[in-house]
Amino acid sequence: MSGAQMTQAETPSGIGRTLLLFGAVALLFVLTGIFQSWNLALNILNMALISSIMALGVNMQWGYAGLFSVGTMGFVALGGLAVVLISAEPVPGAWALGGPGIVAGLALGAAAIAVAIFAYRHLPKGKLRGFAVAGILIAGFFAYRAVFDPSVLAVETNDPATAGNLGGLGLPSLLAWPAGGLLAAAAAWAIGKTALGLRSDYLAIATLGIAEIIIAVLKNEDWLARGVKNVISLPRPVPYEVDMQKSASFLDWANRYGFDPTTTSSIIVKLCYAGLFVVVLLAIIWLSEAALKSPWGRMMRAIRDNEVAAEAMGKDVTRRHLQVFILGSAVIGIAGAMMTTMDSQLTPGTYQPLRFTFLIWVMVIVGGSGNNWGSVLGGFLIWWLWVMVEPIGLWLMNVITYGMGDGWLKSHLLESAAHMRLLTMGLVLLLVLRFSPRGLMPEK
Amino acid sequence: MDILNALVAFLNFVFVPGLAYGAQLALGALGATLIYGILRFSNFAHGDTMAFGTMVVILFTWGLQSLGISFGPLPTALLALPLGIAVTAVLLLATDRVVYRYYRRVKAPPVILVMVSLGVMFIMNGVTRFIIGVEDIGFADGARFIITAGEFKTMTGLQEGLAIKATQGVTLGVAVIAVAALFWFLQKTRTGKSMRAFADNEDLALLSGINPDRVVAVTWILAAALATTAGTLYGLDKSFKAFTYFQLLLPIFAAAIVGGLGSPLGAIAGGFVIAFSEVTVTYAWKKVVGYLAAEGNAPEGLLQLMSTDYKFAVSFAILIIVLLFMPTGLFKGKSA
Repeated sequence: MSGAQMTQAETPSGIGRTLLLFGAVALLFVLTGIFQSWNLALNILNMALISSIMALGVNMQWGYAGLFSVGTMGFVALGGLAVVLISAEPVPGAWALGGPGIVAGLALGAAAIAVAIFAYRHLPKGKLRGFAVAGILIAGFFAYRAVFDPSVLAVETNDPATAGNLGGLGLPSLLAWPAGGLLAAAAAWAIGKTALGLRSDYLAIATLGIAEIIIAVLKNEDWLARGVKNVISLPRPVPYEVDMQKSASFLDWANRYGFDPTTTSSIIVKLCYAGLFVVVLLAIIWLSEAALKSPWGRMMRAIRDNEVAAEAMGKDVTRRHLQVFILGSAVIGIAGAMMTTMDSQLTPGTYQPLRFTFLIWVMVIVGGSGNNWGSVLGGFLIWWLWVMVEPIGLWLMNVITYGMGDGWLKSHLLESAAHMRLLTMGLVLLLVLRFSPRGLMPEK
Repeated sequence: MDILNALVAFLNFVFVPGLAYGAQLALGALGATLIYGILRFSNFAHGDTMAFGTMVVILFTWGLQSLGISFGPLPTALLALPLGIAVTAVLLLATDRVVYRYYRRVKAPPVILVMVSLGVMFIMNGVTRFIIGVEDIGFADGARFIITAGEFKTMTGLQEGLAIKATQGVTLGVAVIAVAALFWFLQKTRTGKSMRAFADNEDLALLSGINPDRVVAVTWILAAALATTAGTLYGLDKSFKAFTYFQLLLPIFAAAIVGGLGSPLGAIAGGFVIAFSEVTVTYAWKKVVGYLAAEGNAPEGLLQLMSTDYKFAVSFAILIIVLLFMPTGLFKGKSA
């Protein structure tokens, strides 16, 4: 099966195929709604929308530019952090206790790194340079700790049971979404500056490590977002179910159509979120499609397909890579912020690379890397599968163990159904890579 | 000033744990570096291969224990180790036959192979969780200590104790044997020599009649042996948990890259560099410095450079520094 054959067969029916695929995935959600519950279907849908946006970000990095970055989880978490910093209620007194000290400490640390880089660039090569750079970094580290530590202690001992962190700004939560993108972009700049020169598998390992470090920071720096004590009840951009159920006009309305007020209110909340997410998703797709069709997009693909030739044509490959890495990370950060807003809580302990990095990669590859709509399709399909594999697996195990007597093996098999997810995802990834390497919706 | 006590505290809390951890990392990194050298891709499934192998060893250990078989003062897991290696080798050979071989045939770029290994990682992780679950499992038995802190104190009359766990001794012993066997195999046997030739220059090796399928198969078997051994030693020393093994991927790759990808000697050196850096940076030096400082001049803080939770940051920082300033690693591995 050569690529040329496939494109030939597809070109006439390209639109038809797209509609067919999206229709099939939509059918999955409708069936879930009919046979299980609309609440569940909307739950899956909302998370699928967020996952699609993450997949779009990964697609920019991998599909447009061929950057093999597996640090997705870190940017998702940074987006979540932005929600806490922007939209959480301020902690009274915390800023006065240690805010300036913490900022000064971090600034000192950053300054030490900057001075060290400056010294490295401007001193003549030799032993002196090595000692100078090491000396600056070591002195900077101790200065940073000396300023930083007491302030952190002051903030963390301030009402540790409910706060113990600096607190947020109390701004509207929708503002946190672009802020999440900015935070992720800033981190991506720093990471890209150091790691993007590396070849593909080194970049993968480096970004894998960065993601782990970002999670470690979120878990341990209690002054920032309470670490593993979690920040809960973050404000929402949509109405609360309880308020709706108290509102007379809503109850009237629900009664007139014979809806159950409790279920209806939670469905309305989810629909509001879905609406917001769809707007963000469409905006990002529109922007990235426009970018892909512009000279910039053609240049990116040219670099991806043949780096050496593009460089010979005078394209600054490293700079373009940095650019697209930052853009993709920002998109992932926005999605991460949206997720934390929807959950109303930031729980650093729940960030797992299998779920937030590799699953997103499966979405991109299954959907068709290089194709934005493919990433969206992959996001919906794979997320639905991820959620539904567990009940399906349990059902399957029930069928398998139907004839068995109660015993060790039966209970073990039933318990293990929960682990079917990883198995299925691995299988899907391998099958797609082997038999349809360009994905369900190949790049045009 | 109390140099002897300071030295013992250093040995007890930094040197001995670092040595054992370094040996475990070195074995893991050797497997990763072998696959890189011969199959030419970074195998993301290596951590989960370790987990799978260890799981098989644990199952056999339980079997042996229920039969009443033990290994005297040594952990029963050592008896189960060869069985675990055999099962893991069969799994890896089957994976190669079903999955990887096709991509070698079509000469897929390395990055595609890395992605394929992601898929394999998912499946192995799923299988391991499916069979043994996600809980922490301790499976060390036999003697607990070679020497306890109390024994050491009465023996030497020092204030500080030096405890050496049996698992630490076992780790070092097994690692030395495994590394010696591996180097003997690579240097002296015909198959080992053909493997090195294949790693150096594939075309030339093929031209001189080396059978590539055989080289690849032997590589997978060696990788299975190294991964299972590394995983079992790590599990004996700490405990077995599927997710921890996935996380070991980072220090293992850091070790392999620091040493120079593709260089076995480098992998060993890299393992110890990473392990000692992790332990040194995350250890609270208060005690050691307290013994060294003048009377009444003991330090107030913990003197811990970084909290233990940042140990990933340590291996990562070393990785980045080496990649930026010495891209081929300490022992001149492959860079392109």
